[in-house]
Amino acid sequence: MTTRTIAVVSAGLSDPSSTRLLADRLTAATVEALRARGEDATVEVVELRGHARDLADNLTSGFANGSLQTAIDTVVGADALIAVTPVFSASYSGLFKTFFDVLDKDALTGKPVLLGATAGTPRHSLVVEHAMRPLFAYLRAVVVPTGVFAAAEDWAGGGVDRSLAGRIDRAAGELAGLVSGRPAATRPADPFADPTTSFEELLKGR
Amino acid sequence: MQFGIFTVGDVTPDPTTGRAPTEAERVKSLITIALKAEEVGLDVFAQGQHHNPPFVVSSPTTTLGYIAAKTEKLVLSTSTTLITTTDPVKIAEDFATLQHVADGRVDLMMGRGNTGPVYPWFGKDIRDGIPLAVENYQLLRRLWREDVVNWEGQFRTPLQGFTSTPRPLDGVPPFVWHGSIRSPQIAEQAAYYGDGFFHNHIFWPPEHTERMVEFYRRRFEHYGHGSADQAIVGLGGQVFMRKNSQDAVREFRPYFDKAPVYGGGPSLEEFTSQTPLTVGSPEQVIERTLGFRDYVGDYQRQLFLIDHAGLPLKTVLEQLDILGEEVVPVLRREFAALKPAHVPDAPTHASLVAAAGGGHDSTVHAADDVTGRTVETAAQA
Repeated sequence: MTTRTIAVVSAGLSDPSSTRLLADRLTAATVEALRARGEDATVEVVELRGHARDLADNLTSGFANGSLQTAIDTVVGADALIAVTPVFSASYSGLFKTFFDVLDKDALTGKPVLLGATAGTPRHSLVVEHAMRPLFAYLRAVVVPTGVFAAAEDWAGGGVDRSLAGRIDRAAGELAGLVSGRPAATRPADPFADPTTSFEELLKGR
Repeated sequence: MQFGIFTVGDVTPDPTTGRAPTEAERVKSLITIALKAEEVGLDVFAQGQHHNPPFVVSSPTTTLGYIAAKTEKLVLSTSTTLITTTDPVKIAEDFATLQHVADGRVDLMMGRGNTGPVYPWFGKDIRDGIPLAVENYQLLRRLWREDVVNWEGQFRTPLQGFTSTPRPLDGVPPFVWHGSIRSPQIAEQAAYYGDGFFHNHIFWPPEHTERMVEFYRRRFEHYGHGSADQAIVGLGGQVFMRKNSQDAVREFRPYFDKAPVYGGGPSLEEFTSQTPLTVGSPEQVIERTLGFRDYVGDYQRQLFLIDHAGLPLKTVLEQLDILGEEVVPVLRREFAALKPAHVPDAPTHASLVAAAGGGHDSTVHAADDVTGRTVETAAQA
């Protein structure tokens, strides 16, 4: 049985957080969907709140400290990414964006990604489409067609609303479909490997 | 091993008084600092090149030429010479001239410059940074090594029958280092030519330095210049010292907190633990500096940044006293005891002349285009 690694990035700030709750539901459904396809999965969760200062420091210093680097390596090395943010001022939160700002621009190229967002009001329901999708398109990630948005009313009654549960399962199925059968995630090329272009070629302006 | 200081030549207000030196004061302070470096027994003074405020170092060989006249032993270097936006012809001329003025006490460190707006002022584009560094440096080498250069490239007007004057002192061009924080292509360039590689080794964790130096050493050996541990490596580093480390931390903190490159992010304590920045007693600086060898191997040049972020001249001169009296003598002794015999010292003009089989005057006299007669042959006729 192949074992996949799923990285989960949650930008929720409170505890318990509805953002983390959505992330957990998406993760459980994805693990289930992979298992149905005969693949195991291990899950690594990155709670960005724990890296809030690390991220601010990275902005000014230009480098990730040890703790943040571990989180970045987790995300970059995973077979799939589930990324969930609360909606702040009609978009992803600054904390969420900062994490993706400090990644190398090629770090997520080709990575299967499932996007989720939470908000207090359903009026933000297209935030996945108008804010998150363009960001991950820029990063050249492969984002599944179904983005999952959950407003306060979707959690009403303590359980997950039936239509939300349906969206979670559909999105998780799409992510599992993208991941299964693909070769395991490869690390980005090592910049310190022996160069493939010889220096003579560089001198000729090639 | 060579020890010295390097400066970026910034005019920064002293955060404890709010007062910024005038440009005149800063230019003179660079000279005072350099002369003091020789007085306390350091080997190298390197200054940067910038063409925008808050810097006063747009014309490095002017300052270095004056320092050359006032010193006996100090090696004058750069940190860095902008190989991307400076015409290689001008670099060839300026630094060959400085060689003659300084009796050979000159080397250079090439750098690209990372300030985007500067490039267009000189008709260049920062996106061409690496190709500019590659093409311009190749031309610079030819200008120093060939009396008559015919050249055509991508970034500069072609040269036909061009002779860069004066020719290098004793026919031997200055040694060149290449500085880069994270571009393997520049370490590759240094390795290709068998030149030195310098990592500024401040602001970032040492793992970055380690990877770049390891790559440079591996490629130096690949290109047949010697074994990897014989490659010529230089490191930067930033220190602030007082007899008691608490005093050093207390005095340096406001400069750290307000420094454009440091302030607003990780604390002084975090930065000193995560990067090579050392703020403490001379003993702590000695111990930390000796530790650099653990991840770059035996290396040839250590330069310290000490006049940064608005530190007053008086304080900088005190730092030089501590370096010269307490730190560098110990480092010199300890590093020398550790270095295997097959690891070379940093090249100097004398060692390069010896390697070339002796110096020779390489003056090129003007020749008549048609008859080929020169001033000398005409005088003999």
